[in-house]
Amino acid sequence: MRGQKNIFHNIDWITVFLYLTLVFLGWISIYAAIYDESHKSIFDISQRYGKQLIWIAAAIIIAIIILIIDAKFFSTFAYPIYTISIISLLAVLLLGTRIAGSKSWFQIGGFGIQPAEFAKFATSLAIAKYLTTLNINLKKIKTIIKSLLIVGIPAILILLQHDMGSALVYSSFILVLYREGLAGSILILGLMIIVLFILTLVLGKFIFIGVLAGIAFLMFFFIKRNRKNIYSIIGILILSIAFVFSVDYGFENVLQAHQKKRIEILLGKKVDLKGAGYNINQSKIAIGSGGFSGKGFLKGTQTKYNFVPEQSTDFIFCTVGEEWGFVGSFVVIFLFIAILIRLIKLAERQRSVFSRIYGYGVASILFFHVVVNIGMTIGLTPVIGIPLPFFSYGGSSLWAFTILLFIFLKQDANRLEVL
Amino acid sequence: MNKSYSNRKYIIISIFIIVGVIFIVRLFLLQVLDNEYKLSAQNNVLRYVTQYPARGLIYDRNGELLVYNEAAYDLLVIPKQIKNIDTIELCKLLKINKDGFITSLEKARKHSYYKPSVFLKQISREDYGYLQEKLYKYPGFYVQARTLRKYPIPVAAHILGYVGEVNKKDLENEKYYRQGDYIGKSGIEKYYENKLRGKKGLKIKIVDVFNRERGSFKNGKYDTIAIAGDDIYISINTELQIYGEKLMQNKKGSIVAIEPSSGEILALVSSPAYDPNLLIGRVRTENFKKLSSDTLEPLFNRATMAQYPPGSTFKIVNALIGLQEEVLFPYTKYGCQGVVSYPIVCSHDHYSPLDLLHAIEQSCNPYFWKVFKSIFEQPKFSTIQEEYNNWRKYVSSFGTGKKFDNDLINQRPGNLPPDSYFNKYYGKKGWKAITIRSLSIGQGEIEYTPLQLANLTAIIANKGYYFTPHVIKEKKNINYDNKKYKEKIFTDIDPKYFDVVIEGMYQVYEGEHGTTRWYKIKDLQICGKTGTAENPHGDNHSVFIAFAPKDDPKIAVAVVIENSGFGSTWAAPIATLMIEKYLNGSVKPNWFEEKMLNANLISKN
Repeated sequence: MRGQKNIFHNIDWITVFLYLTLVFLGWISIYAAIYDESHKSIFDISQRYGKQLIWIAAAIIIAIIILIIDAKFFSTFAYPIYTISIISLLAVLLLGTRIAGSKSWFQIGGFGIQPAEFAKFATSLAIAKYLTTLNINLKKIKTIIKSLLIVGIPAILILLQHDMGSALVYSSFILVLYREGLAGSILILGLMIIVLFILTLVLGKFIFIGVLAGIAFLMFFFIKRNRKNIYSIIGILILSIAFVFSVDYGFENVLQAHQKKRIEILLGKKVDLKGAGYNINQSKIAIGSGGFSGKGFLKGTQTKYNFVPEQSTDFIFCTVGEEWGFVGSFVVIFLFIAILIRLIKLAERQRSVFSRIYGYGVASILFFHVVVNIGMTIGLTPVIGIPLPFFSYGGSSLWAFTILLFIFLKQDANRLEVL
Repeated sequence: MNKSYSNRKYIIISIFIIVGVIFIVRLFLLQVLDNEYKLSAQNNVLRYVTQYPARGLIYDRNGELLVYNEAAYDLLVIPKQIKNIDTIELCKLLKINKDGFITSLEKARKHSYYKPSVFLKQISREDYGYLQEKLYKYPGFYVQARTLRKYPIPVAAHILGYVGEVNKKDLENEKYYRQGDYIGKSGIEKYYENKLRGKKGLKIKIVDVFNRERGSFKNGKYDTIAIAGDDIYISINTELQIYGEKLMQNKKGSIVAIEPSSGEILALVSSPAYDPNLLIGRVRTENFKKLSSDTLEPLFNRATMAQYPPGSTFKIVNALIGLQEEVLFPYTKYGCQGVVSYPIVCSHDHYSPLDLLHAIEQSCNPYFWKVFKSIFEQPKFSTIQEEYNNWRKYVSSFGTGKKFDNDLINQRPGNLPPDSYFNKYYGKKGWKAITIRSLSIGQGEIEYTPLQLANLTAIIANKGYYFTPHVIKEKKNINYDNKKYKEKIFTDIDPKYFDVVIEGMYQVYEGEHGTTRWYKIKDLQICGKTGTAENPHGDNHSVFIAFAPKDDPKIAVAVVIENSGFGSTWAAPIATLMIEKYLNGSVKPNWFEEKMLNANLISKN
C-alpha cells in the first residue's frame, strides 16, 4: 500500500455536496410532511424525521467505510457480491416478512431490510464486470442476452415479490447498454414499445390495429415499392399487431387490478377521485396549491394533514411542491439533473471501463427513480411505489443509494491510479 | 473500441435534460398557471364552522325573565369515519330505535360521505351528559352545541310565539339563513326576529383528511365572532297574565288588558292556552301535532284572531255618535215596553222611560235603537247610503274593522261592512235604518276581536283617543323604532261627550240597577259595560268591557267567554278580578273569585 492517504483524497466534492444537499432537503421535507405540534423537535427519534437522522448518520458512516475499502475490492468481488444479492433475493421470497402486499423485507429486530434495494448496486457491479470482459461486443446477440440475464434475474426475482416498481428499475440498464454499444435502434425500439403500449391502452386494440394498418397502407404510396421495403413494412406491421395483442393480453391478464387501474387513470381512461385516483389527485392538489413560491416551511396543509398518502416516502416530493412552490420544485429537479449530469461527466473521465460502466449504472438507476417518482406525483407516470433517491424516508433505500453512489465515487477518486 | 460510442453521452445527457425540462414545464403549469388546485386544497382542509349567537332574552315589563336559552346538542356524523361501533348501545344512549338509526345514517350518507351531517337534533343537556362520556367509543360521531328556548314561567305562549327550524320559504326569502338555522315562527319571536337573532359568526378551521381539527385558519384572521341577539322587554305584566290564564282555565275565550295611557298590552290571554315549553326541542313535532288537532284549538290566538259581535258594549259607541251628531242629549228619554218593544225587544226589566245614563246602566235595547234611528234619519241626509256612511265613519274612527299596525302578528280585522254590502244584499233602495237595526245593539254584521274591544275600552277611558296597542316595552338604551306607538289616534267624537257615557258605565257597577252591581269592589271606581254576543252557532258569548279607575284610568280590559251566556255572568266578574289584581296587586277574598277560577264552561258544551 502506497501510504495511507486521506480517504477523501481526490474525491469529487461537487457530487458529495449535491448528495448531502439532497439528503438534507429530504430530511427537512420529511419533517415538514409529518410535522406534528406535539412532536416539534426535528430530533425526536419517536418520529420519522428523528429516525431519518439516524439513517442519515449511518449512511455517512457507510459512505466513509466504502471510501476506506480498496477501490479494487468492488471490481474484484463484483460477481460474488452479485451472487450474494441474488441469494438474498431468493431468501427473502422464502423467509421475508410481508409488508403492504410485498414480500420483500427481512425483519430484523425493530427495522426491516429490503434486499431489492441492495441488488441495484450489485447488479451494476456485475454488468460492469461482465462488459469489461475482453472482446465483448454488444452487437452480438449472445452478449446482449447475457447482459439481459444479469439484469433480468434480479428483476424477475423482485417481480416475484410483487414489487413491480423496484423490478421496473432494472429497465434503466438499457441506457448503460446503449452507452456501451447497444444498437441505437434498440433504444428507439424500446421507446416505440412504450408508445405502442400506451396507444394500445388508450385507443383499444382493434382501433389501434386499424390505425397501424392504415399507416402501413399509406406507406405503400410514399416509398419505393421494392421487395425489401414491402417485406419490412409487412414484417413490422405483423410484429406490431402481435405486440398490440400481447400488450392487451398482458394488461388484462397479467397485471393486477390495482396496477391496471393506476395505468388507466394515468391515461385518463378512468376518473376515480375517491378510489385509486385519489392519491394522484391529492398529490396534484398538494403540489398545485404550492403556487409560485409555496406556502412556506411547515405551512403545508395537504401533506401534513394526510390528504396525500405516503407523504414521507413515495410522495415526499409533494411536500416540496406545496411548501416551497415552483421555486423549490425547480431547485430540487435542478439538483437531481445536476448530479446526474455530473455522474455522466465523472463516468466519462474514467480510464477504467469498469468504473465508467458502473458510473452509468448509478446514473441510470437514479434517473429512473427520479423520473418515475416525481413523474408520479405530478401525474406524468403511473403510480409506481419507488422512493425518490436521498429524499424519501427509509433506511434501506437511503443506504442502498449511498452505497451505489459512493462505490462510484471511490472508483472515481482512484481513477488516476488505474493504469 | 468503446471510444466510438463516447458521443452517446450527449444523447444520454440530453435525455436527462429533456426530462428535467418536461418536469419543470409541468410543474409550472400545475403550480403557477392552474388555480384549480389551490381551491381544491382549500376545500380539502378548511371547515367552516358556524358560530351560533345566543338569541336575545325576553323580559316582561318589570324585568321578569320570560324566555331564555338552554344548551342543546346536535349529534353530527361523518359516515366515512364510523367504524366498529356498538349500534345497539348507541341507540339506547340516543333513545332511538334501530330503524331510526339506519334511516338517519342513510340520510347522512346521501348528503356526504366525508362531511358532517346532523344525525340527531336537539339532544337535551341531561341526555348529552351520558352521551358525552361514551362518545369516544363512536368514531365518526360528534356533537355541536345549539340552543333551545326555555320558558321559566309557562305563560303567554300566544304572545311569545315559538322558534323553529327555517323552512324552504324562509331560506328563499333571506340569505342569512342556512338549512338547520332557527327562526321565530310566530308571536314576538317572529316579529322581532331581526333583533333577537343576533349575528352568526364563522370560524374557519383546518382539518386533516380524517376531518379532525388541526387548528384555526391563519390564526383566526378571517373568523367572525357571533354577536348575541338583543334582549327585549315586553309590556306584559306577568303576574296579571298568569292570573288571567288561571281565570280562563276550562273556558274558551280571551282577556285583553291595555294601559290606556300608552297602548301597552298588560295581559293577553287566549284560552285554552298551552305551555310554550311543549314546542321546543325534540318533543316539538309530536306536541305540535297534538295541539293542532285539538278541537279546542289551543294554538289559535283568540285574543287577536277570533271575531265576535260586541253586543251591548257597542251601545256606548252609538251613544257617543248620537251625542256628537246632537241627536241625543244626556237628558233624552225614550220609553221601553220591555219584551214587547218594537222593533227590538228589551231583555232587561226596568222602569221606563230612561235617560241616557240609566239606559247605559241598564242596557236598554229600545233606547239605543231609537238613538241609532235618530243618527240615521236626519233631514240632512237624502239616501240611506249617506246615513250609513256618516255613522260608519264614526265607528271606523274607533279602529273598528281594521287590523292594528303593531307587533302582534296574526290579527284579524274584525268587521264593519261598507254600504255596498247592504246594497248588494237588499238592493240600493231596499234598506233603511230599521233593516240594519241589529247594529244599534252591537249585533249583526259588526264584529270585534277581543283586542279591538280592549282598545275600544281604552278609547272611552282616554275620552276619545288611543295609542296603537302593542306588546313591546320601551326601555332605556333599547330603541325599537316605537314612534308609531307614541302617536295619539283621535276618534271623531269630541272629548266632552264622553263624560256622560263614562258616568253611565260607572253606574253599571254603582247604580242600584247596574247590570254588574254584584261585583262591585270596595274603593275601586270601575266603569264597565256588559254585552251578550248573539251566536248563531250555539250559546251566546259573554262579553264585558271595563276600565278603572274612573278618573285616572290605568287599565282597560275586554273579556269574551265563548258560549257562556250573559256578559254579566262570567265576563264581568273575570274582568273585575283582573282590574282588582292589577290595581291592588292582589284580590281580596270575595264571593265570586273561587267560582270563576273553578268554573268549567267547556265540558258543559
